[in-house]
Amino acid sequence: MNMSWALVIWLSIGAYAFKMLGFVVVGSRKLPDVLSRCLMLIPAALLAALVFNSSFTDGQSYAIDERAIGLGVAIIAAWRKLPLIVVVILGAATTAVLRAL
Amino acid sequence: MKFRLEPEVRPVVTSALALSGAVGVFALAFGVLAVGAGANVWQACALSFFTFTGASQLSAMTVIGTGGSVGGALGGALLLAGRNGVYGLALSPYFNESLGKRLLAAHFVIDETTAMMTAQTNPRLQKIAFWTTAIALFSLWNLGTLLGAVLGSAIDPHTFGLDVGFTAAYVAMLFPHLKTINGRFAAAGGALISVVLAPFVPIGLPILASGLAIFVGLRPATSSAKTEVVQ
Repeated sequence: MNMSWALVIWLSIGAYAFKMLGFVVVGSRKLPDVLSRCLMLIPAALLAALVFNSSFTDGQSYAIDERAIGLGVAIIAAWRKLPLIVVVILGAATTAVLRAL
Repeated sequence: MKFRLEPEVRPVVTSALALSGAVGVFALAFGVLAVGAGANVWQACALSFFTFTGASQLSAMTVIGTGGSVGGALGGALLLAGRNGVYGLALSPYFNESLGKRLLAAHFVIDETTAMMTAQTNPRLQKIAFWTTAIALFSLWNLGTLLGAVLGSAIDPHTFGLDVGFTAAYVAMLFPHLKTINGRFAAAGGALISVVLAPFVPIGLPILASGLAIFVGLRPATSSAKTEVVQ
């Protein structure tokens, strides 16, 4: 595992720097519309990337396994507007059951 | 102890508390997932206390949990943190306090405080909404993380499908972003980039590279694509 305090520290510094950049430094000056439009798409692009990358790859190779079924269940649950915690539990539980079989 | 709220303040405080309660439960999940991905209890708690922005915290732990490096984990997580900068821009006109207070408030500029504050119409309620949400949510986010991390230390992540628990959390967070055409294009582009690049670059980098998909925002905004704040 590569988890380290360095990650915690750098991520914390970076996250605060971003918050402060918009809030304190740039202040009420206005960003060009097209720039803020692009920046607001970051979550859509990255969350989708995290979903598909972590469901269909294993390290640097492709894999289709129990995770794909767990993902399918999570997508249906989220689409039915179930609360986030329920979506998480359904996705994890489906995968856990399939792995236990 | 008797504690009375004025009628116009009450709904603001009530919804801030309800939202924070829901987020606290999610923090419980984050705690479990983080230790499952290799963090210890203190690292999980430090992330929630000092980083304090959920999607970035989760993203970093996913990359680490799948064997990525610290650099790989940082890239995507910081890009996700970048959107708080945009929220800061939106909120900063409401804050005319001293620099010290602004520097403190900056730590709490996240999805939920932005949504709560911009939902109010008068300056006093906006301020109440921001600070009530900030304090309640920060407290419950950290408490939830601690409980989750302690709980999570007792179970095996793979057996309990915790890796897919992460994925499921992303799915739920992604859905509100798919309401606009640009959001859908960005999501499709990001997904495609992250999968296609996977065999060729180090773990974590495909997530960072998927950020290129935000340039679909160069297209003119569609009518519904204006000022989307995550609820």
